[in-house]
This record gives sequence, C-alpha cells and structure tokens, in this order.
Amino acid sequence: MPIKVRIPTPLRKLTHDEEIVHVNAATVGAAIAELQSRYPGIKERLTDDAGSVRRFVNVYVNEEDIRFLQNQDTSLKDGDEISIIPAIAGG
Amino acid sequence: MQKHAGFMKALKCRECGREYPLTANHVCEFDFGPLEVVYDYERIKSELTRAAIQSRPRNMWRFRELLPIEGDPTVGVEVGCTPLIKADRLARRLGIRELWVKNDAVNYPTLSFKDRVVSVALSRARELGFTTVACASTGNLANSVAANAAAAGLQAFVFIPSDLEHSKVINSLIYGGNVIGIKGHYDEVNRLCAEIAGKYPWAFVNVNMRPYYAEGSKSMGFEIIEQSGWRVPPHTVVCMASGSLLTKIHKSYQEAIKLGLAPETPYHIHGAQATGCSPISTAQKAGLDFFKPVRPNTIAKSLAIGTPADGFYALKVMKETGGSCDDVSDDQIREGIKLLAECEGIFAETAGGVTVAVAGKLIASGAIPADASAVLCITGNGLKTLEAMAGHAGHTREIRPSLRDFEALLDAETHMQARA
Repeated sequence: MPIKVRIPTPLRKLTHDEEIVHVNAATVGAAIAELQSRYPGIKERLTDDAGSVRRFVNVYVNEEDIRFLQNQDTSLKDGDEISIIPAIAGG
Repeated sequence: MQKHAGFMKALKCRECGREYPLTANHVCEFDFGPLEVVYDYERIKSELTRAAIQSRPRNMWRFRELLPIEGDPTVGVEVGCTPLIKADRLARRLGIRELWVKNDAVNYPTLSFKDRVVSVALSRARELGFTTVACASTGNLANSVAANAAAAGLQAFVFIPSDLEHSKVINSLIYGGNVIGIKGHYDEVNRLCAEIAGKYPWAFVNVNMRPYYAEGSKSMGFEIIEQSGWRVPPHTVVCMASGSLLTKIHKSYQEAIKLGLAPETPYHIHGAQATGCSPISTAQKAGLDFFKPVRPNTIAKSLAIGTPADGFYALKVMKETGGSCDDVSDDQIREGIKLLAECEGIFAETAGGVTVAVAGKLIASGAIPADASAVLCITGNGLKTLEAMAGHAGHTREIRPSLRDFEALLDAETHMQARA
C-alpha cells in the first residue's frame, strides 16, 4: 500500500533531500518504523525515549492531526498522505 | 559569535540546547524543539541602564538591546509605549485593591500587540535580505503584517481562516497585499503555512522568523515594568492563544531582574482562555504539564488556536510563578468587554473580554488575592471584532429633532425607572 510521506525541511538531510517518500505501512507507527529502516536516525527525531511522538512534532494523515485520530495506531490505506510538521507560534 | 550580530549570540534549541546560526530558522533539526535567541547579557548589562532607556524616544525600541535585530530598526520604529492605566473603577467592580490595564488596544499602527512582534520580525527579515514577508494569522497578525509591510515596501502574503470577522479581513486587505482566506480553522492555516514556508523563500513571521518575532512580545513586559516605577507587578493576567505572549512576558520580567532594571520580587503570571478553545487552561486546571489539542469554537477568534505551540511552556511558566489559569464562556467574554468599556472607557476586542472576565473569576476565587495589585494585558481593539458585540451593546433610541420629543423620552424613561 503506497503511502505518501511529506518530509519537512529539518529532516531532509536524512532523506537525501527527498521531499516526498513512499512507504507501505498499515499504521502511522509502522510508517515511522519503515522510515527508520530506510533512513536510519529518523525515528529518534520524531519520537521520544518512550516511543511517543515528540511534543513539538505534529503528524497529520490526510490533513487530520493524528491526535484526533488514533495517534500512532491510526490506520493507513492506499493513497493516504502523511505530513510531518513542527509546531508553529500563534497569530 | 557571528559578525554584526548586535547583542545576539546564536539561536538555541529550547529542548536540547543545540546552537544554530542567526538565520531564518525556527526549529531544531534534531528534536523539532523551538529555537530561541541567545543574548550577550554581559554586554547588554553595561549598556542598558534605566537612565539609557529613559533618555530614548517613547517607543518599544527603547529596549532595543533585548530585541533581536543587528542594527537599527527599519520597520515599526514608532510601535509601543502604550498606556498603563490605573483602573480604579474596574478594580472596585472586580473586587481587588489595585488594578492596572496595559492597553495595547491603542498600539501603533494596527491597534494590537502584534505590531510589537511584527516590527521585530520585519526589521530582522530585511537584515536577512528578504523582500517578501508572510504569516498565518487569526486576524491581528494579518493586519499588522499587511500594514507594516506596506509601509516598508515589502511584498506581503497573509493567510487567514476565511470565516474571520469582517473588519479583520478589510483591515488586512486595505494595505494592498495578498490576503488568502483558507477554508478551515487557524490550525489548518498554520499547517498549510508550514508547508508553504518549506517551499517558498519568504520570511514567514511566525514560522521561520519565529525566534525573532516572538521576542517582540517582551517589549510589552518591559514597558509594564518601567511604567510601574521599575517594579515587576506581583500579578499579571495574560490571554493565551499559542501561549507565546505569556511566556515572553515572563521572560521580560526575568531579564529585567537579571539586568538589575527591577528588583527581584515575587510575581505570578496567570493565563486566560476562552472555554470554546481552552487546551492550556484545561491542562492547567487538571494539573497536567501537557495539553490535548482541541477544535476551537468561540467568539474569541484571535485566541482560537487548538494546537498551541507554546502551550507546554505557558503551563511551565504558570507553575513556576505560582500563577493560575481559567477560561470563560462567550457570554462572559461579552460581559468582560462591556465591563472594561463601562468602567474605564476602553473598548477591547474579544481577547480583552477573556482577560477581564478571567481576572474577575481568579479574584473571586482568591487565586489573585483581593488585597493585591494586578496588571491586565489588553491585546487588541474592539473595533476589530464588532460582530461579537452586535445586538449585545444596547440600542439607540430614535426621536425627531425636537426638544419636546427628547423631554418626552426622558420623562418616559424616568417613569419606567421609577416603576422598576
């Protein structure tokens, strides 16, 4: 199941400047694991020691914040898009 | 240290402490923690004295050593130094000994505290060579970026939720920049802007310019200290959207104490939210140090940020300073607006209604003691959110241009009052 992942600027050094990568994963957690296997080091950027998504990282599936879904258990289907975005100040 | 960095030393991650050069960059590439400007306080201490500050023009740049630009400001040079009003009538109504209102509803030029952050962000953007500036905004920031960019001859792109108050939309459009309405709430505008900022070489004031931008809020705190006779007020009530202003007011108090501008006295910083968007208040009241994002639904649209970027740090500041936090309903917000207007002649926008109403709750509960002195930070002008008060501010009584009609009206109303 190809899932499109948008890689934010701070992580592109790890993905060799790729802005978009594709993974085959059934959940957000599995997608992060697959990213880690292809781009070693990326998981520790996204998750803390306990394995939770870091507090200043926002992850979206099809533009919906995963904290409104099932966090890393959020299921994925063919054609879904994941965005990884740093938190932003107010306005 | 870089050449020509003014009083700045570096950008530093608030989470892991890694340092970065003073470019347009807001996020640590290791853990996504927010970057913050590090200053050379030794050098600042030798230059920034009370006497030096008092000798300078009355605008926010009288504290320029503590604002993150290299040279002289080129945008928003007249911003700040808004009045700190002794609010005796409001103090009586809220049941507190002494109350002060820091009135950024009359900040220059766009009538909100956002002119402070924008003047810093755009001055810094010019130093870094940008010609296009942009922002994601709940309204006030859009107004300020549009206006200050126009005055500085910079291209502007402002992104706002498309359902904003009519006057905030016109107040953004009038300056001739690009105003893009997004069909979604602010958190969605924000996410889109983060993606645009990664793609276009623009200075997004609250994205890649955020470390500089956010520091501008400190000027509100420095002014409160100077206007309080070089004292840190024991209680300060601040409304929260992302929570950034509250954390920067705290930082300004810490810096003033560190530099010897004010003596070290105890102070408490209290947060105020609208119940319809209260992720920080909900977490604070539950004793948590993290928040759960919410979907906003409140008339206080300028505070409608469901995923507050500085929520974590705002909770920390309230905990460390022994501050409290509460939230109020839409009706209480309107009552807060009316109370401030009727007592002090100040018409604040909905966010100001939040601050006044929450202050009332905190005084009533004893979280702010009745014998204390407190400062309320009023951040925006009521003329920008007129819709919120439509049908709630009373009505005009119409008569013909005749003295007899006028006296008949007074008579009728006197009788009505007598009967009541």
